[in-house]
Amino acid sequence: MTPRTSPEVGGMGHSMRRKEDPRFIRGKGTYVDDVELPGMLWLDIVRSPYAHAKIVRIDTAKALATPGVLAVITGKDLEKYNLHWMPTLMSDTQMVLPVDKVMYQAQEVAAVLATSRYAAADGAAAVSVDYDPLPVVVDPKKALAPGAPVLRTDKKDKKDNHIWHWEWGDRNATDRAFDGAEVTVKQDIYIPRIHVSSIETCGCVAYFDKVNDKLTVWMTTQAPHAIRTVFALVAGHVGLEEHKIRIISPDIGGGFGGKVPVYPGYVIAVAASVLTGKPVKWIEDRMENLQADSFARDYHITAELAAKKDGTLTALRIKTLADHGYTDAAANPSKFPAGLFHVCTGSYDLKAAHVEVDGVYTNKPPGGIAYRCSFRVTEAVHTIERMVDLMAHQLGQDPAELRMKNFVKPEQFPYKSALGWEYDSGNYGGALQKAMEQIGYAQLRREQVEKRQRGQLMGIGISSFTEIVGAGPSKHFDILGLKMFDSCEIRVHPTGKAIARFGTKSQGQGHETTYAQILAEELGIPAKDIQIEEGDTDTAPYGLGTYASRSTPVAGAAAAVAAGKVRDKARKLAAHMLEVAEEDLVWEPGKFSVKGAPSKSKTIQECAFAAYTNHPQGMEAGLEAVSYYDPPNLTYPFGSYICVVDIDTGTGEVKIRRFVAIDDCGNIINPMIVEGQVHGGLTMGLAPALYEEISYDENGNIQGGSFIDYLVPTAVETPKWEVGNTVTPSPHHPLGAKGVGESATVGAPAAIANAVVDALWHLGVRHVDIPITPAKVWKLLRDKGVTE
Amino acid sequence: MHVELTINGEKRSAEVEPRLLLVHLIRDVLRLTGTHIGCDTSHCGACTVLLEGVPVKSCTMFAVQARGKKLMTVEGLEQDGKLHPLQESFMAKHGLQCGYCTPGMLMTSYAFLGKHPSPTDDDIRHAISGNLCRCTGYVNIVKSVEHAAATLRDGGAR
Repeated sequence: MTPRTSPEVGGMGHSMRRKEDPRFIRGKGTYVDDVELPGMLWLDIVRSPYAHAKIVRIDTAKALATPGVLAVITGKDLEKYNLHWMPTLMSDTQMVLPVDKVMYQAQEVAAVLATSRYAAADGAAAVSVDYDPLPVVVDPKKALAPGAPVLRTDKKDKKDNHIWHWEWGDRNATDRAFDGAEVTVKQDIYIPRIHVSSIETCGCVAYFDKVNDKLTVWMTTQAPHAIRTVFALVAGHVGLEEHKIRIISPDIGGGFGGKVPVYPGYVIAVAASVLTGKPVKWIEDRMENLQADSFARDYHITAELAAKKDGTLTALRIKTLADHGYTDAAANPSKFPAGLFHVCTGSYDLKAAHVEVDGVYTNKPPGGIAYRCSFRVTEAVHTIERMVDLMAHQLGQDPAELRMKNFVKPEQFPYKSALGWEYDSGNYGGALQKAMEQIGYAQLRREQVEKRQRGQLMGIGISSFTEIVGAGPSKHFDILGLKMFDSCEIRVHPTGKAIARFGTKSQGQGHETTYAQILAEELGIPAKDIQIEEGDTDTAPYGLGTYASRSTPVAGAAAAVAAGKVRDKARKLAAHMLEVAEEDLVWEPGKFSVKGAPSKSKTIQECAFAAYTNHPQGMEAGLEAVSYYDPPNLTYPFGSYICVVDIDTGTGEVKIRRFVAIDDCGNIINPMIVEGQVHGGLTMGLAPALYEEISYDENGNIQGGSFIDYLVPTAVETPKWEVGNTVTPSPHHPLGAKGVGESATVGAPAAIANAVVDALWHLGVRHVDIPITPAKVWKLLRDKGVTE
Repeated sequence: MHVELTINGEKRSAEVEPRLLLVHLIRDVLRLTGTHIGCDTSHCGACTVLLEGVPVKSCTMFAVQARGKKLMTVEGLEQDGKLHPLQESFMAKHGLQCGYCTPGMLMTSYAFLGKHPSPTDDDIRHAISGNLCRCTGYVNIVKSVEHAAATLRDGGAR
């Protein structure tokens, strides 16, 4: 797309340098641990070594005798204020600090308040807790078995570990399709528990100003306004009312979904500050972050796909156990306990589908948040893309051809899926074709045949994913009742410069740049002249925050709408100054000119000046606007990825030789930033495909609780991504944009897994669960009789 | 204990506990907060600083081990109001997103380019393999370091 504006204006389509970078490359960002206030105290947390145990006694005497320690806070202390439990985003309940028992290893047991970071840690080490271990349940299937210990004994009538059952789609039509199917494939797929591991952990500085009764919390949150409301709802009864709460989300060192929930540490820090009247800082260390913060995924899926012999896909049936840990603290829209998992028909024109999910309690940390992914979409995409590949291989058809045959066709959009979604736009075949050409697909298939004859293992995997982002239309989307709109407020100053504030919060996505570019596009004010602010609830308009790739689809649209209102008023001002009727004016970015007399014109800057100095009688002064944008639909970015792997028969190591990613996120605001988002997303797709997993032994001990054994990819493991794009604008978004931050994370794992199975299919391998570690592959090879 | 050191060319001193970690001296005592903490176990590299020109992970060293030594942190890269070519390159090539790993990446790369003025893509990847980044997928970090190397070779050095 050729930009409409000059590079100096820097509207859409310009690879403008980022406005946030000058502070970051100087080490002058302000992250939460950089916030230091006079008289600040430190909080450290005592955590449980057991996954399930009664708390017999907490001995605080030694801790209280430790130099610098001021207090030890336990569940009993919070119980006095009814703050020992809190609601989760899914309307379940979660302990802030336990009174009776702990429910997972690394759960918060007590908190120590001290005058320094080190004194707080000393105090935490000196707290002595006696536990009485209880039976541990880590396997969700066993959790549902008759006679399993009931974990949520706090819920009076709870007789089992089942949380909820949810289903979607036409069960009868789907069953009928399967009954009459010519070919079916069925596969158990486990998508393991993983952790976002943003390089900055979570933390906060809470300061309750006792003179003004005002609580200010600097915290690592992706959704500051929602947090403010939650705090007010939970703690209103102890005097924290919403107008007296200010949440500041400073620079955030990566979020990816992990900074959406409210963790107990935040609440304890706030309580400690309210009680002492002093600022209190709480910062997690990495092991706390990995072991206790919300996890992602943990879906035990059984999927079936039906087709005709000619390869026409007909129906999909899925049953899933969702392991939520001890409470359902997922971050999903209220109406959808399994998120948007029912986008699982993917890019294919299936006539029938039915999906069931059952939530289960186990002795693990709570969560079910995203991992750089819109609500459970990776789980959906991985399932359908694995199943389509399985079907192609089963039928002896080329996986690319089978996909091409079954794609929703461009002329079918807007397309209503079998599970009820209305896809906005797409050209799936175009993206796959481009990926095939870029990687040289036909040649690779020939090479594979030759290699196989020589006993070498090479595989080619495709993933043609459809994302679903931009939550969401208020009719269906809310979190705790808060509708999922988002906002932009613009103020144009007399000299033609502007400030705009948003209800979202960047965590590295570059909002200060892209939002300025949207406004530059819509107003013609140079992006460099527009200050963007987010993350301070005292100044920014209310919004639901940044996750699920919703910033561009929702807040970006709000920016366009608010800019339209500014432009409308500027037109009146221009007409007044030029003494013509409004309808006689023509707009081009940055300027109104008189039809037929282009030399007679007024710039947006002149209009801004007039708004404060020369506005017509009867018009209010100023040039401002605000928009709370309620999206009419979600957006559906898509893409096709092709991965080539070579497998070392000696070690079982999977080597990614090439990986081509063609993405389509609609119209692009800043190509440089979009490409960067895809690179990062691909790497967070690689990570769970080959390396990352958090598992538990039978006693609920975490495996993967530090960077020693939770393997975040380095630059060496990361392939040299080859990226490209197609552009299919969203018809309902004011800018035609769709969102891009998570597409690659969603699409990449299936391409890698499909490539590995493709390499091993002739040996009789039908499926490998991610992460595909050398040990797993080595064992498969030996089982199939492959020696070095 | 008394610690005296030179940091970014400036002599500083402090009374510290023997157990104080170097990163906490830099951040909490000297208030140079550009150096970050990401893991406490020397895996992520966000806390990388130069000790006598050699990159070290300041979360796994005691402050007293730096006594009498020369330290350089991200705040020392810009001199006389002029950014280092690495800083310019990271901006030009989009080598950063959230910015949290960036100071560590810059310091590791600074030391690396001092010894390897013409690195290949793979050389750079190995050089920064002790620094984790969750946002960028490393592609543009590698490009940024390559670009800085070229600038330095063309006389952009100081």
